[in-house]
Amino acid sequence: MDRRDFLKSTLAAGTAALAPRELPALELRHPEEFVGVLVDTTRCIGCRACEVACGETHGLLVPDVVNDGALSAPRKTSDRQYTVVNRFETDKGEMFVKRQCMHCHQAACASACPTEAMHKTLKGPVIWDGDKCIGCRFCMVSCPFDMPKFEYDEWNPKLVKCTMCFERQAEGKKPACVEACPTEALLFGVQVDNLEIARHRIYAHPDDYVHQIYGEHEAGGTGWLYLSAVPFDQLGFRTDLGRTPYPEYTREFLYAVPAILFGVPAFLLALNALADKGEPAEPAELEFDPGTEGGDQ
Amino acid sequence: MSTQVSTQVGTVAATAGEAGRVFRFILDELKPRGPWLTPFNVISIPIILTGLVILYYRFRYGLGSVTNLSQEHPWGLWLGFDVVTGVALAGGAYVITFIVYVMRVEKYQSIVRATVLNGFLAYCFYGGALLFDIGRPWNAMNPFIGNNFGYASVLFLICWHFALYMVAAFIEFSPVIAEWLNLEKARRFLKNLTLATVILGVTLSLLHQSGLGALFLMAKPKIHPLWWSQFTPVLFFVSSIYAGLSMIIFEGTVSHRVFRRLITPGRHHSFDDIVFGLAKGAAVTMFVYYVFKALLFIHEKQWDLINTVWGYWYLVEVIGFVLIPAFMFAFGYRHRSLSIVKIAAIMALLGVILNRLNVSIICFRWYEAVRYYPSWQEITVTLMVICAEIWLFRWVVRRMPVFSSAH
Repeated sequence: MDRRDFLKSTLAAGTAALAPRELPALELRHPEEFVGVLVDTTRCIGCRACEVACGETHGLLVPDVVNDGALSAPRKTSDRQYTVVNRFETDKGEMFVKRQCMHCHQAACASACPTEAMHKTLKGPVIWDGDKCIGCRFCMVSCPFDMPKFEYDEWNPKLVKCTMCFERQAEGKKPACVEACPTEALLFGVQVDNLEIARHRIYAHPDDYVHQIYGEHEAGGTGWLYLSAVPFDQLGFRTDLGRTPYPEYTREFLYAVPAILFGVPAFLLALNALADKGEPAEPAELEFDPGTEGGDQ
Repeated sequence: MSTQVSTQVGTVAATAGEAGRVFRFILDELKPRGPWLTPFNVISIPIILTGLVILYYRFRYGLGSVTNLSQEHPWGLWLGFDVVTGVALAGGAYVITFIVYVMRVEKYQSIVRATVLNGFLAYCFYGGALLFDIGRPWNAMNPFIGNNFGYASVLFLICWHFALYMVAAFIEFSPVIAEWLNLEKARRFLKNLTLATVILGVTLSLLHQSGLGALFLMAKPKIHPLWWSQFTPVLFFVSSIYAGLSMIIFEGTVSHRVFRRLITPGRHHSFDDIVFGLAKGAAVTMFVYYVFKALLFIHEKQWDLINTVWGYWYLVEVIGFVLIPAFMFAFGYRHRSLSIVKIAAIMALLGVILNRLNVSIICFRWYEAVRYYPSWQEITVTLMVICAEIWLFRWVVRRMPVFSSAH
């Protein structure tokens, strides 16, 4: 880094401490550019081909789907598995749900990150940059879906989660799980198209679906959308997350920062001037015993 | 003015003999003083050595090898206690410097040096403990350099404010160091910076004390509703005021026992007078805090949450460790009872510790069966940080004019 760059970044740092830049919200002006996946849980047969494909693509645990009996109890994603399929007993019988990072439009993890290591790409996937990450795990605390996972047993740990196969997309391919799905329960496409398709399925088969698309509004909207035959709480989804994009919760606080950073010092200087009792203009000293001090000078 | 001052400093630095003297003096002062076999040493040395071994394992084999952290509980004792709680307890420095330098209240002048030193060391050690907790500490400078600024992040703000506050607190304390080194010109120069750094320090404290509360705003679905509020930042700020005042009472009482020899009696206000003043301030702040808590409770219509285990736990914190110590402070102040004030200070401190641990650890994922408990290694490292801070504090006060003016 040469001197000019250094000065530039130092100046940027100075203003950074003052004013929060626009939150990720503004990237939403072109939502049609976001890609996502529509998951139709009524089509999922629980074959877990997506888990296998994900494990193979990312060099993770490749589950033995025939013998491991993993569907017997709900699992969470982990640092060894970015996606899992769980089985639920519902009002309409056995249902399977694939879970992974939801790739929120306004991602809590990205706005939590102090170094922008976790960030929302212009195409939609939320991905992680190891050169920037300090490993503070604020993303894990903030994510309403608990998706970022930390490698606790590594000396040089990564924060990992589904990347929506960002690298494969760059090569013009679909995410590995979508490609592996034999029943077209997973549909990869532009978010707005996926929403339209989801609505169309509900209108066309009003008795087969609950009339809600999970992810359309949850946490301000997510890249992954879910259709279901039964209410979503029966499928292990949290239905209390609200419609507010999570970065909104800290926005007010961050917007108050510049006002406080300038207003309070001005106020304190005024207080200090008013508190002057007409004694010598010498400011109060970090002195223990004013008597001795006078003798010194 | 500033050129004149910098020439003065330049002259000091340029005097080779002076620099040599200062260097030899520091070398001499680095030698340990006082008896070795004190109760504190006997306890703290094994703790520090064990802590260092644990840290070796932590950096060699990862956080999982020594902590009980999990994917569900990414933040444990090291963050919830060392950082979130430790910084609240260090709030005394900004309150007292505000009173003495901005409001020019001379009554508290005699405790400024010890309080600022305590605050500065607390930030160094408890903020420094973050380096054990973050997974990739070699990237710790990233929030400060390069194009990695997470402007939308509360933690980014806290990183900057911690760093700037440490600089401000160091400058506030630096005249004492100059006095210790017998550098009169430097002392006078540094003294002139005090008011500016105090104002900066108070402003930064306001923001990062509340910022620590803002860390938990996005964790809304995971924190019990009795402990989550949009106003957590304000609550954290207000409670840091009485946490700091109580800590001064507690720490000052201990110091007056342990460092009795170093404290010159005489012309300044007696420590008891100061304690009663602090007690009054703490009482008022705690009542304000309590009323705010009560308003939030009523506004959020949380009556139905009270008759649960979590509700009782909430009442223990808010009634037992806020309202009761607030009354005790007020009672102790009115009746000039030092012992009641001291008990109130300890209860208020416990209340703040309880509150911070509730928000960051205990009520985090309150709905899940598997709870987080700190491992013995996490507790040992926390104790190590506290012991190391006390070691450095003791080293400084035995050499520098913290409790008294220059030798």
